[in-house]
Formats: sequence, C-alpha cells, structure tokens
Amino acid sequence: MFPGDSNIVLHTRDLKAFYGDAQALFGIDFEIGKGQAIAIIGANGAGKSTFLKALAGLVKVQATAVNWKGQDIGGRLPSEIVRLGLALVPEGRRLFPSLSVQENLMMGSESQRKGPWSLERLFNLFPILQEKRHQPSTSLSGGQQQMVAIGRALMSNPELLLCDELSLGLAPLVIREIYNALPEITAEGMSVVLVEQDVSLAQQMTQRLYCLQEGRVSLQGISSLLSREQISQAYFGQ
Amino acid sequence: MIELLLQGVLLGGLYTLFALGLSLMFGVMRLTNTAHGDFIILAAFGALWLAALGLNPWLANVAVLPLAWGLGYCVQRYVLNQTLGKDPVPSLVVTFGLSIVIQNALLETFSADPRSIESHGLNTLSWALTDSLSVGVLPILILVIALLATLGLQWIFEKTRLGRAFRAVSDDPEIAELMGLRSKNIYALATAMAFVLIAVAGVLQGLRTTVAPADGPMLLLFAFEAVIMGGMGSFWGTLAGGMLLGVTQQLGFRFDPGWGVWAGHCVFLFLLLLRPQGLFPKTR
Repeated sequence: MFPGDSNIVLHTRDLKAFYGDAQALFGIDFEIGKGQAIAIIGANGAGKSTFLKALAGLVKVQATAVNWKGQDIGGRLPSEIVRLGLALVPEGRRLFPSLSVQENLMMGSESQRKGPWSLERLFNLFPILQEKRHQPSTSLSGGQQQMVAIGRALMSNPELLLCDELSLGLAPLVIREIYNALPEITAEGMSVVLVEQDVSLAQQMTQRLYCLQEGRVSLQGISSLLSREQISQAYFGQ
Repeated sequence: MIELLLQGVLLGGLYTLFALGLSLMFGVMRLTNTAHGDFIILAAFGALWLAALGLNPWLANVAVLPLAWGLGYCVQRYVLNQTLGKDPVPSLVVTFGLSIVIQNALLETFSADPRSIESHGLNTLSWALTDSLSVGVLPILILVIALLATLGLQWIFEKTRLGRAFRAVSDDPEIAELMGLRSKNIYALATAMAFVLIAVAGVLQGLRTTVAPADGPMLLLFAFEAVIMGGMGSFWGTLAGGMLLGVTQQLGFRFDPGWGVWAGHCVFLFLLLLRPQGLFPKTR
C-alpha cells in the first residue's frame, strides 16, 4: 500500500482529538484500502477507541483530518457519516435495551443505504439471532449481543466496518465463532478496521496492523511479518 | 358506591389526558416540563381566541391541534433541545420560566377571569343509566378519548418506526445518531405529539369547566401525580395513575367538598412512600 494508491478508501492526516482540554490523539496518519482488513492494537488508553469514534463522528476532529474517497469528512455528524458508508460496532456493544433483537437490527437500516445486507442474510450468518429475534436484546448472552451489534452495523450496508474490541468480555470459543464470520462479511469487498486487545488474533485476521501508544502511531506494518519483539516494544514503549 | 367509582373513573380520564403529554416527554427525553399545565391552559385560550376571531367554535377547537403540533416542534427544537443533558436543572429552570411567561401573557391578554369554551349544551347533556344513576356525555367522551390516546401512544411506541426511534433515542442518543437518526429532530417530534395531547386536554378542560390563566400549576400537579403514581415511562401506568387519582379525589369530595384534591395528594404521598417506582414502572 503506497500513498496515492487509488484503492485507498479512507485516510487520516495528522488526526488530533481532544476530550475537553485533554488531548487523546496526537496526529494519526492512517490509511485503508478497499477490501482490506486492518488491525489497531495498543494498551488501554492508547487512543484506539477514540480513533474509531473520530472516524464515525462521535468525537469531533478537523474537517481535513479524515478523508473518505477524496472527500473531507472530519467533524461531520455521525448520522451523516453512516450514510456515506462507515459503520461503527461500538465498544461494549451498546445495544438498545428497550428494543428487541430484531428492532435493534432494524435500527441499522435507518440510514437507508442500499446493499446486500438484509435481516434474512444476517439470520443466515447468525442463525441464533433468528431464533431469538423477538426477545429483548438484554436477554441474550454476551456473544449473541455482539452478533446483534455487528448485525446492526451491517444493516447500514457499510463499505467500511469499524469494530471496537469485538472480543471484549467474551469466552475464547465465542470469540472464535464471531471472528469466523468475518471472511463472509468481507467477501464482497468491505473494508474492516479491527481494534483488538488480542494481538495474535489481530495479526491472523488482518493484512496490516497499526500499534498506538499514548495517542501516536508507534508501529505499523504487514501483520504477518511483525515480530513479537517489535510489537511488544511498540505496545509498551521503552 | 358504583356511582362514586364511575365518577372517579370519568375524572380519571381527564387526568390521564392531562398526564399523557408529560409522560411522553419524560419517557423520550427524561425532560420534566414544568410549564405543562400552563400549555394546557394556553391551548384552551388558543381555541377561545380562534373562535373570537370568527372561526366556527368547533372548528377552532380542532384547529388548535395542528397549531399545538407546530408550537411543540418549535419549542423543543429551538428552546428545550439546548437545555438537555445529564443535568436536569437547565430544563427545569427554562420550563419554569416558560410557565411564568405564559401565565402572565395570558393574564395580560385575557384578564384573570375564568372562561369556558362554548359547548352548546354538550357539557350538561347526560345519559340516564338507571333511574338513580346518570352520567354526563362529555365526561364519557373525555374518557373514550383518553383511552384511545393511551392505546394510540402505546401502539405508536411498540409498532411503528417512529416509536422505535423514540425508544432508541431514549435508551442511547449517541448510538441512535450513529444509526443515522437525528436525535434532536426525534425529540422535536415527540414534543410535537405531546403538545397535541396537551391541546386535546386543554380544549376538553375548557369545554367541561372554566379555565383561568392561573390554573396551570394545579393541572401540572395532577398530571405529575398521575405520571408518578403510574410509573414513569409507561402509558398504561399513566392511565392507571390518572384513574387512581380520579377515584381518590371523588372519594374525598364525597366526604367533604374541600377534601377531594387533598385526598388525591395524600394517596400520592402514601404511594410514593410505599412504592416509589410507581404502579407499573417500565422494566429496564
């Protein structure tokens, strides 16, 4: 992947983000091509979630900091950004507790983007959700709730899926099950950014990897070629 | 005894109508509109004013409804949305301010005299159920409207796309935005709906009895008691709360004409002590 590559769908340039007076991101340069899967790893508080929130519009950034297919979209409303084809699976799933499973999924189609994803297709991907579609979303297990959160994002037919710690709080077996669904999700050229705590999982699932440390990119490269030592140094710093 | 219950339920229908708008706004936005009662009175005076302009009185009563929708949308969009947040104080202060403004504007424009909306005999019409028991046609009409409004709101919330959006922004406005909703717009629609209910309540109150510029806070209190007793965030609960308040007040009036409202307050406080979450709280 080289700068200026026409395959790039999204890039950020010198992306800075603040929470009040506290600066969380100190100029992130990032790019992702069509159909690519990219991992973002890093310790707690490194700015991984903030970065995804900035892309989705939940954290305000400068207009020129985020470029989507040639268009500056930094600082736009989340409701506009989802219509452009970026969908976020938020950290901790954040399902709507007073909505049923199916209603949660239907919320994903509020952006009214056309595309391959429908309730039927989601139920094929995660059959358990069809069985439980009329139950309150709060009655599901953690793994099933994560499936709903992913499904809800897919219902907006995104071109870029932003996943914030899919494995958070889930059993290893359940994490496998969820990540096993990824190839089918990305089969049609969807790009994916995975924020992940599990480094070896992140390496397996993606082509490229960024490591963040205290709001800066401390390492980036081809996921399969990065060594343990390189990563742990970038992860923990000196 | 049957008559007492019947009269209580009929009064409860009116209180339910007073309370539904408040319940709706609280349910969607966690916003307590302390000007709620004054808006009810404003709607009644709105109908009187339209009729005074020469509009057919029945038409005037209906014409208030779309006006209320527009007013509600604008009040939320341009005033109340700015007060929303984790801290409930700004919205309380602003609606309290609106309450004072409305009361004094009405006083200035229409004087302190109580007035009623001309009902052309509807308010005295009654049905004799038995030899000794008869009920007013207007109270029955109010009860039916209250039941339909409760049913309608519940249906909108459970079955429609708008209702789903109401519940979603109530649960988590940030994630709702992420889905493509504009929560501020959804809030404005909720308040617009609440104001239509307010207008219905105002017109019916004006038809049933008199309205005066200073009546608002009393109506707010009744609405508030009905909502809290029923359990916040549930329309069936609000209906139950309205009924309970109506029946209790009738019971009080039976002992002594001065005791009715007081009896209602007593039951409210008693229930607040025993069951602060209300009769039918929404389970979350």
